[in-house]
Amino acid sequence: MSSVPRFWRNLGSRYNLEGTRCNECGENFYPPRNVCVNCRRVGQIEPYKFKGTGEIISYTLIHTAAEGFEGQAPYTLAIIQLDEGPRLTSQVVGSPEKIHIGMRVRSVFRKLGEDGERGMIYYGTKFVPENA
Amino acid sequence: MRDVAIIGVKNTKFGELWERSLRDIVVEAGIGAIQDADVSGKEIDTLYIGNMSGGRFIEQEHIGALIADYSGLSKNLHVPATRVEAACASGGLALRQAIMAVASGYSDIVVAAGAEKMTDVGSEEASSALAAAADREWEGMAGATFPGLYAMIARLHMHRYGTTSEQLAEVAVKNHKNGHLNPIAQYKNLITVDQVLNSIMVADPLHIFDCSPITDGASALVLAPADVAHKYTDTPIYIRATAQASDTIALHDRRDITTLDATVVAAERAYSMAKLRPEDIDLVEVHDCFTIAEICAIEDLGFAEKGKGGIVTANGETAIGGRIPVNTSGGLKACGHPVGATGIKQAVEIVTQLRGEAGKRQVEGAEYGMTHNVGGSGATAVVHIFSRER
Repeated sequence: MSSVPRFWRNLGSRYNLEGTRCNECGENFYPPRNVCVNCRRVGQIEPYKFKGTGEIISYTLIHTAAEGFEGQAPYTLAIIQLDEGPRLTSQVVGSPEKIHIGMRVRSVFRKLGEDGERGMIYYGTKFVPENA
Repeated sequence: MRDVAIIGVKNTKFGELWERSLRDIVVEAGIGAIQDADVSGKEIDTLYIGNMSGGRFIEQEHIGALIADYSGLSKNLHVPATRVEAACASGGLALRQAIMAVASGYSDIVVAAGAEKMTDVGSEEASSALAAAADREWEGMAGATFPGLYAMIARLHMHRYGTTSEQLAEVAVKNHKNGHLNPIAQYKNLITVDQVLNSIMVADPLHIFDCSPITDGASALVLAPADVAHKYTDTPIYIRATAQASDTIALHDRRDITTLDATVVAAERAYSMAKLRPEDIDLVEVHDCFTIAEICAIEDLGFAEKGKGGIVTANGETAIGGRIPVNTSGGLKACGHPVGATGIKQAVEIVTQLRGEAGKRQVEGAEYGMTHNVGGSGATAVVHIFSRER
């Protein structure tokens, strides 16, 4: 999937939905950004942790998997808008036929994948229906 | 700034070219364009080549130098060569660099080429290389594939505007019909809506026949200052606009995922530069990497109202003989999509049409043509407008 340090350096964001916020304009960023897209050099960026609730903007059921995800196909991938504003791409766990645009979801800690039998196991955030 | 003309063009055959290497196909396209323009190697001031991922597809970087060398432009002539990369928009950007080089007066005769050799790796590795055009850390590591990203665009377009899978399929059916008339096309077979809908699902709602293929191919253009173009050819085709725009690398960060704002802005800049409107354009080559991408493109370029791209396509308005023929070459879907070559191939098709040399797929009386080339899921868009008269 990736090199160990490349995944490890973002563990806070991948495990705990840690992003950033610009105190100048109030926009929240996930994935984290170090430069505010509105205020640029005059932005005031600081860490911000998201609650992990939001709704599905769009989704797909992926049959031909990405490299490293072959064992999981078919899997649901979605663009989710967090309640604090930003959107992200994540898998949604649960029956594909129940998933719909506008559905409320919440984040959960899950295994994402692994590098073969002896390689690193990747953990991170997926989403489930909010009331599940 | 100087006006710029295209004086020579050439495409190789597009397809799975097992017996040919990257350098073989680029040299064929480059030499073909130079012969078409009737210029000599000594006259060439500089060379730009669009290539997305030589590193992943053939484990070769330094593509500019390689191509200049095997085109016979290095050892004695030392012609400068620059590789340009913007994922699937690499070719369009190579053309844009070439136009700016001539327009600025820095160079006179310039070759803009594009090439990709994609079948020296297996389809899984090719897909992984293509996925590098999206955000690897925040899309790819979540399990996103390219068809998956465009499937999410399609899903929301269907939900919001009522676009149907049948309308998406009509894009593929029409582009195969055009590819059937194009001698270089990868797929010349005719297909039906039912065949598209019954082909295997890649990322719901996109079937395999909603997707452009993996292709080997190369294309090249020769550019010159408009003032001297008639020295080389009786049918120079003129550049009326070159425009480019950026958007967020990740689809999820866009203002609206059913609109490619980079396309909208690049088109606005191009229309403004050319002093033209969408209704002035006679034909357009758009970036149909997936069927939904053509629907969004014709909306975002101003050829259909937002949300009506599917209906317009199903009505036949984008077919040859329709109101605005789209992808007369067969598009990425049927002509093939060697990613670095595509933006140049689009321009070769428009030049061929404006010269009146497109044979059975000729758009009668075409005066103005447009190309639209996209990188990734819409983080880069390049739009060019061409004309028959200066």
